[in-house]
Amino acid sequence: MAVAQGAPPRGALLSIKIPRGRGAGLGLYVVRRILWLVPVLFFVITITFVLMHLAPGSPWDKEGKQLSAAVVRNLNAKYGLSDPVLVQYGRYLVNVVHFDFGLSYQYEDQPVSSLILRSWPPTATIGLLAFLMIVIFGIGIGVIAALRQNTWVDYLVVGFSTIGASTPAFVVGIILIIIFSVTLYRVTGGNFSLPTGGFAFDQHLIMPVVTLSVLPIAFIARLTRASTLEVLRQDYVRTAWAKGLRERLVVTKHVLKNSLIPVVSALGPTFAVLITGSVIVESVFAIPGIGRAFVVAVSSRDYPMILATTILFSVIVALANLVVDLLYTVIDPRVRLG
Amino acid sequence: MAAPLLRVEDLRTQFFTSRGIVHAVDGISFNVNRGETVGIVGESGSGKTMTAFSILRLVPDPGRIVSGRILFKDQDVVQMNDDDVREFRGNDVAMIFQDPMTSLNPVTKVGTQIDEAMTAHERFSKKEAQARIIPLLQQVRIPEAARRAQDYPHQFSGGMRQRAMIAMGLSNEPELLIADEPTTALDVTVQAQIIQLLKQLNRDVGAAIILITHNMALVASLCQRIIVMYAGRIVEEGPVEQIFDSPQHPYTWSLLRSVPRVDVARAERLVSIKGLPPDLVRLPPGCKFHPRCRFKIEKCEREEPPLEEVAPNQVARCWVMMRNVAQEQREETKAGEVSREAATELKQAGSG
Repeated sequence: MAVAQGAPPRGALLSIKIPRGRGAGLGLYVVRRILWLVPVLFFVITITFVLMHLAPGSPWDKEGKQLSAAVVRNLNAKYGLSDPVLVQYGRYLVNVVHFDFGLSYQYEDQPVSSLILRSWPPTATIGLLAFLMIVIFGIGIGVIAALRQNTWVDYLVVGFSTIGASTPAFVVGIILIIIFSVTLYRVTGGNFSLPTGGFAFDQHLIMPVVTLSVLPIAFIARLTRASTLEVLRQDYVRTAWAKGLRERLVVTKHVLKNSLIPVVSALGPTFAVLITGSVIVESVFAIPGIGRAFVVAVSSRDYPMILATTILFSVIVALANLVVDLLYTVIDPRVRLG
Repeated sequence: MAAPLLRVEDLRTQFFTSRGIVHAVDGISFNVNRGETVGIVGESGSGKTMTAFSILRLVPDPGRIVSGRILFKDQDVVQMNDDDVREFRGNDVAMIFQDPMTSLNPVTKVGTQIDEAMTAHERFSKKEAQARIIPLLQQVRIPEAARRAQDYPHQFSGGMRQRAMIAMGLSNEPELLIADEPTTALDVTVQAQIIQLLKQLNRDVGAAIILITHNMALVASLCQRIIVMYAGRIVEEGPVEQIFDSPQHPYTWSLLRSVPRVDVARAERLVSIKGLPPDLVRLPPGCKFHPRCRFKIEKCEREEPPLEEVAPNQVARCWVMMRNVAQEQREETKAGEVSREAATELKQAGSG
């Protein structure tokens, strides 16, 4: 099985020989994959750094007002921006090794790390809940549709997933607001409605989570349905029926165990995307999350913030892929890592 | 004589497709006695596999058994409710499939898959089932059975997988084992070993076997009786020896000749039957074989011949019958010899 993200070519730089035994080999494998994060992050930082400095504009270009040349010079000196780019790059690398991600430009004197620690929890909470919904409903309705192929249940699921997969999140979000905030407020005479924005651990979560999960649910449901239909046609499923197994056993032990293999590989990247936040959902529902923080950082050329979020996203994507690869060995014995 | 173990009566299985109705099995009747070995022979699309699937009520969509009875010990499988069918499958009648590479679940241990076949039924307790896995694997001659039971199918060779399938099939001591092309996906020496194994199991365990194949040599090396199918119907049936000596239906005769030979010149090595099996949606009128038959007479195109007794225990569905065909037209080699030689070779390969 090909290892998706940050996969080293065989016999490369960091390759460590993996013994054939399972347990010990797996531990070494994980260590090796995590070590591979170092070069991956190095490239990510380098590319981001280059792109950032190639992009026109500077952190001090504020809309409307023009800072005086002296102020700009002072600011550049304070944040080390007057040094040659190569020097800045080297300094940044050294700092990153010490887990020092620098100070934000837009929020004066705030370390980037504390900005991230503040904006990530709302994003992660919504992302995790959405992921849970996706796993439960995406897989659930996908399997049911496949088992009831060509019945109204199946058509309903296919219809939903087609619409769901082609409706942008901001449309879903706005429709939800119209129904559950505006209309519900009017219908209940102002006694009950869902909040349109903000973040707290209650009703504030419902609409963002639903908005965020509609598209992935549709996607995972389609994938699960297709993969389950494929497995249902396999010879070994017929063998299972021929043995006289109960339907429940045929479905759980023979169909699902096989049909979920491709679904798991799709869930990895889905998880990474969810947990790193959606600009659109966070904007529609005014959530102070990291997705929005990232976009704001990009538009205001907040270099340290851009770099730190990019590093965080890279680590999450790499780890999500590692988890998927590890899960593979659990659900498919044919897969050997190393 | 004791009642037969399995009695198939006028079975019809059809597929309802957008092209029309596919007459996969078109009114066949036959018996299988206890402990008997019967070969069902025919080309692809002759309905032999669908006959087997019908017996286990495993006909896939959009197919359906439309009429007929399948009496297993006087119980009609066609009429059984879902629970009874489930109990019947794998318990009274077990089936081994064509491709051992794809017939085992790739993500479940072989031992577990055998265990599951037993725990699905009430014949053995959980404990007994556990204890039977290794002896079963030994019985089908899988070396290091205890360790192998913990392996996954991909760690098995093709022959071993088919052995594991057989072990699974035998696990509930069924009275009938249906083997659908059990050796097609395997190489010749392994084929011979599997046939030897089936033969020995038939002798030791006493299970009746239906062997489904297109290979006459396999039938000769294992079976007592042959049923030849064409276009969903039986065209000839009788004891193996008798059919090999004097096949009466031209199709049987052609099948017997079409075994590849190593001992003759390359050009004559493989005699094939000209033409293709008929379209099961639009069957030709009269005898279904007449478009491909070199001995046909005018009547064959109009009227379908009945199954007629041609010798004791032997029936054939033909207006002409091979015994009425002039010797020179049948050519010098007796068709049966070709297959018989192949069968002998196969036996030698198995013991060697």
